[in-house]
Amino acid sequence: MWDYVVERRGLIAFQAFQHVSLVVQCVLLGSLLAVALAVLVYRNPTATSAANGFSAVGLTVPSFALLGILLAPFGFGITPAVIAITFYAALPVLRNAVVGLAGVDRSLVESARGIGMSRVRTLLRVELPLAWPVILAGIRVSTQMVMGIAAIAAYVLGPGLGGFIFSGLSRLGGANALNSTLTGTIAIVLLALVLDLLLVLVGRLTTPRGIRV
Amino acid sequence: MSETLPSEAQPAPPTAAEPGRDDRNISGVPIRLDGVTKRYPGQDVPAVDDVTLEIAAGETVMFVGPSGCGKTTLLKMINRLIEPTGGRIHLGDEDVTDQDPDRLRRRIGYVIQAGGLFPHMTVATNIGLVPKMLKWDDARVAARVDELLDLVGLDPDQYRDRYPRELSGGQQQRVGVARALAADPPVLLMDEPFGAVDPITRQRLQDELIRIQEELGKTIVFVTHDFDEAVKLGDRIVVFDVGARVVQYDTPERILADPAEEYVADFVGAGATLKQLTLTRVGDVDLLQPTTATVGSDAAAAVAAAQAAGDDYVVVLDRRGRPISWPTLAELTRSPTIPDTVDERLPVVGMRSTLNDALDTMLAASQGGVVVTGRRESLAGVMAVETVMAAIQRTRSGAAG
Ligand SMILES: Nc1ncnc2c1ncn2[C@@H]1O[C@H](COP(=O)(O)OP(=O)(O)O)[C@@H](O)[C@H]1O
Ligand SMILES: [Mg+2]
Repeated sequence: MWDYVVERRGLIAFQAFQHVSLVVQCVLLGSLLAVALAVLVYRNPTATSAANGFSAVGLTVPSFALLGILLAPFGFGITPAVIAITFYAALPVLRNAVVGLAGVDRSLVESARGIGMSRVRTLLRVELPLAWPVILAGIRVSTQMVMGIAAIAAYVLGPGLGGFIFSGLSRLGGANALNSTLTGTIAIVLLALVLDLLLVLVGRLTTPRGIRV
Repeated sequence: MSETLPSEAQPAPPTAAEPGRDDRNISGVPIRLDGVTKRYPGQDVPAVDDVTLEIAAGETVMFVGPSGCGKTTLLKMINRLIEPTGGRIHLGDEDVTDQDPDRLRRRIGYVIQAGGLFPHMTVATNIGLVPKMLKWDDARVAARVDELLDLVGLDPDQYRDRYPRELSGGQQQRVGVARALAADPPVLLMDEPFGAVDPITRQRLQDELIRIQEELGKTIVFVTHDFDEAVKLGDRIVVFDVGARVVQYDTPERILADPAEEYVADFVGAGATLKQLTLTRVGDVDLLQPTTATVGSDAAAAVAAAQAAGDDYVVVLDRRGRPISWPTLAELTRSPTIPDTVDERLPVVGMRSTLNDALDTMLAASQGGVVVTGRRESLAGVMAVETVMAAIQRTRSGAAG
């Protein structure tokens, strides 16, 4: 297997980069959408339960099925992969952002309004920063999860390490089939660990000392 | 509406300040509530029902009344955290009922329980929030932050970069007051600000507030459920009943001496004579002048001076003249120089503390007296428990006569 990896190190590195790049971009996009949605719903109990239900149910949709459904309108390629991965990336962040925003002490919000902060300023300066550790925890879960889901994007000919896994699985028993699948899987696990460490670091750097646990 | 106000209960206009107070510096503006009403959605009875009230510039007015009677609702309508359903609100000559609430609130300081500090911002950032919103430049904000920390008795170098959780409850509350005062608003609204701190700290904070208010002369509206606090801090007290009905609006002295209704008498409570103790300030009685000694000076000399004066203890001052302990002569003879040990349990009150506070402090420390401090925490004298007892005797015989 070592020889297999060394021979293809260029391709592996390229696919690894593609994989991580796809995941990072989708997580960023998904997180932005999720936080925006959370901001819209967290003050309204009905909308909040709807959002929570949506993220719970959404996570039970099999990713293969979703990709298959997206194939019809978008065809093979990057678009269905991005849509599906962003969808899954958004769900844990949505749940955590709603919980985080709803968990901000009401008296602090009132205090902010009481000293003359506008709604928007209160959200940006008080509520989101205080909810940030919880939101970031959601982003970590979501990153771990879509590292795996992104591998399945290879099914619709999306980029990334999934290619190694699929080509290995399709030739199971053939030469290097197992090596190919193992390489893809191990690379994804390793990269997921690295990304998680990076997110922990981001958390350290972006959480003010006053609310660090 | 007039029937809800006892006759002559309206405060005197701001020009006719009480004797001895007219030299005060006043930076506040009057507040006028005119038929203010709040009806929460889905409630038949208004939480605040047609309240008309005038608060004079530079006065501290205390809102007291049972829980749920509408004090908080009325207070929050002044800065429009709650929108009134009816009536007008005037600040100075301005009708602010329809003003942009965010701009209005930057001109009104607001303090709630535990200070309402933002835990993710440093003390300096918290205090600088309103000046920043008013677009002050950074240097001016920084200077103002230090000035305010000084004002509330916190050393700027030590505290400006701390986070709220690195402060005690009392210190957080001080920062809360500093933040409310940051842009020098004419009006300060306080909703049970000292409700969550221990009694000794509360008493200190009250003393500080009195001192700050003497310096600044803001118009303060202060909600409390503690009648003693109302008597101690208030120039005037409003006693409310359900629906924020004004039952009595008068000076603490008059409310204690002449409750407008049975309701007020009940609220003031049975210990009205003892409550008179809340009306007398430590600074109003004669204090003893003890023998003092500075840290590091010769102990034998201090003992000799105390013996000559007939004292059996010495008040030890640090190098800035602040009392730190009061050892007995026997304790002093044990070392050649005056030790710099700080007695954490030394009972201390300020000049503006009430006799009630002083008595509480003595009892809490199990001591027969308290050390009294004046400006910058320097020694003003010592008060013995006998002085408090004599005051009780006087009010007793005064009440009987
Ligand atoms: N946001 C609200 N919605 C509905 N009713 C409220 C609200 N806030 C307060 N009330 C009601 O209004 C009345 C007055 O409350 P409040 O002003 O908080 O009283 P206080 O501060 O004197 O304890 C109470 O009966 C309370 O239940
Ligand atoms: Mg209240």
